Amino acid sequence: MSDQKKPKRRDFLYTASYAFGAVGVGAAIWPLIDQMNPDASVKALASTEVDVSLIEPGKSITVLWRGKPVFIKRRTQEEIAEARSVELDDLIDPEKDEDRAKNPEWLVMLGVCTHLGCVPLEDKGDYNGWFCPCHGSHYDTSGRIRKGPAPQNMQIPKYEFVNNNTIKIG
Amino acid sequence: MSDHNYVPSSKLGKWFNDRLPLLSLSAHLREYPTPKNLNYWWTFGGILTFCLLGQIITGIVLAMHYVAQADLAFESVEHIMRDVNYGWLIRYFHANGSSMFFLAVYIHIFRSLYYGSYKSPREVIWIIGMIIYFLMMMTAFMGYVLPWGQMSFWAATVITNLFSAVPLIGESITNWLWGGFAVDSPTLTRFYALHYLFPFLILGLVILHIWALHVPGNNNPVGIEVKKPSKDTVPFHPYIVIKDLFALLVFLTLFAFFVFYAPNLLGHADNYIEANPLVTPTHIVPEWYLLPFYAILRSIPDKLLGVIAMFASIFVLVILPWLDTSKIRSALFRPLYRQFYWLLVLDVLVLGYMGALPPEGIYLLIARVATAYYFIHFLVILPVLGFKEKTIPLPLSISEPVLNESIDGAQNNKMST
Repeated sequence: MSDQKKPKRRDFLYTASYAFGAVGVGAAIWPLIDQMNPDASVKALASTEVDVSLIEPGKSITVLWRGKPVFIKRRTQEEIAEARSVELDDLIDPEKDEDRAKNPEWLVMLGVCTHLGCVPLEDKGDYNGWFCPCHGSHYDTSGRIRKGPAPQNMQIPKYEFVNNNTIKIG
Repeated sequence: MSDHNYVPSSKLGKWFNDRLPLLSLSAHLREYPTPKNLNYWWTFGGILTFCLLGQIITGIVLAMHYVAQADLAFESVEHIMRDVNYGWLIRYFHANGSSMFFLAVYIHIFRSLYYGSYKSPREVIWIIGMIIYFLMMMTAFMGYVLPWGQMSFWAATVITNLFSAVPLIGESITNWLWGGFAVDSPTLTRFYALHYLFPFLILGLVILHIWALHVPGNNNPVGIEVKKPSKDTVPFHPYIVIKDLFALLVFLTLFAFFVFYAPNLLGHADNYIEANPLVTPTHIVPEWYLLPFYAILRSIPDKLLGVIAMFASIFVLVILPWLDTSKIRSALFRPLYRQFYWLLVLDVLVLGYMGALPPEGIYLLIARVATAYYFIHFLVILPVLGFKEKTIPLPLSISEPVLNESIDGAQNNKMST
C-alpha cells in the first residue's frame, strides 16, 4: 500500500475469503483438539459410594474416585481441636475447618497435593497432618497447606452421607 | 552451497541426475570442505545421528510387541524382556540409548558454547538445535511413561501438573492432556502415539540442522572463517567420515558397557513396580538428563514462577546468539569467557546433583544459588563480557597456528601447495 487507495471490491473479496477460510480451518481443527478431552466413559464414572462403618477414630482409608485417591479420615477429638484452633491469618490458603469438614469427625478430601499432584503421606510433616514426599509440602489435620510449594489446601470433593455408614462421593 | 558442477560418469546416472539431483547431493556431501583443524569434540554430530537412528529402529521393533493400555502395558514390557527373542537386548539398547543420546547432545551443546558455534552466521543452526533438544526432552519423558511403572506414572503426574500452574485455564489444560481427571489409560495411549511421532519430527529437523550447517560450513576450534575450499579445508570424505567412525566406535564401547553390564544403573528400581495411583514413591526424581531443570523448578518456592523459571532456562539458550555480545567465537581467544564457561559447566553439574537430592536445608540453598547463577551467566555476564573483555589477537588463518606448532602442519602445507 504505497499510495493511499480506497479499498476495492477485490480487496473485500480477499479479506472475506481469508476470514471464511480461517473459520473453516478452525471448525475442522476443533474435533481434533476436543477428542483429547475426557470422554463419555470417563465422565460416566462420576460417583462412588463408600462404606465407612469400619473406620476407627484416628484412622483413614483411601478410595479411588475418577482415577484420583480420596482420603476419608475419621479424626480424633485432638485432631479436630488442633484444626479448629488455627488462626486464619496463619494460613497460606485461608479456609475454616468448619467449612472443610461439615461433620467434624469426618474429613473427606482429594488426596492430591495441589503442587504437582503427588499423593501426600498421612501422619507426617510438621503439622501432624500430611506431608508430600515429592517437593515437601506440609498439610495440617484439616488438609490445609501450611508450608512448602503447594499453593492451595487439598480439595474437598462433592460428597454426602447417604446414611450413617455410607458416603457418596461425586 | 555446492560450489561444483557435478556430472555423473554413466549415461544412466546423468539421465537420473537431470531429473532428481540426488547424485549431486551425494557428491556435495562427499566433497563438502571441512576445516582441517576440527578436534574430537566435533565428532558428536555423527554420534548423535547414530543415536537417533538407533532409537528409531529399536523403537519400531519394540512397538511390535508393546501394548499401550494401562492394564497391559507393564506386563507387555516384561513380556518383551522375558519372551520376545532378543527383546531384552532391544529394550536395554532403547532405554540406555536415550541416556547415551542425551550424553552426546550435552557434549555437542557444550562444544558449541565453548567454541561460539552459535554466533553469526550460524544462529539458525543453533536455534534448530535447541528445538531438537526440546523435542528430545519431550520424547524421552513420554517414552519413560510407557513402561507404566511407579516412576512412569508419577513422572507423568508431576510433569503434566506443571500446566496446572497456568492461571484460570490450568485445570482444563491438564484434563485435556490426561483425557480424564488423572493420569490414566487415555494418557498412556496418547503419549505412545506422540512418542512414536516425535522422533520423525526430530529427524526432519536434523536434516534442516545439517542443511543450515552446510550453508556457512563448520565452525572450528580457532573460530575464524575459512576460505572454502582451500588449504584450510579437507573433503568430508574420507577424512571426517573415518574420524567420525572412530569416535563412534569409542562411544559405542561406553554404550555397550551400559547395555551389557549395567543396564539398570541409570534407571530407578521403583519403575519395576507397576503403576499405582494411590501411592507415590517416597523419593521421586526424573532421569539424570533432566535433573538440572528439575532443580531449577524446585528451587523456586512459588508454583507458577517455578514452572516459568524452568521453561525460561531453556529459552535463554534459544536467544543466546543475541545475549553473547562478543564477536570473537572461540573461547581460546577469550581468557575471561573461558573461566566463566567452566563455571557454567560446574553450575549445571551442581544443579543436576541438587536435582537428585531432596529439596531441603542446605541442598535447597545450594540449588537456589546455582539457579540464580545460571540466569546471571546468560543474562548479565555474557552481554557485559562482550564489551569489557580484552581478547587475544586472532590468527590470520587456521593454517598459521598449525604451521607454528607442529611438523605435521608444515607437511600438510607442502603437500597441498
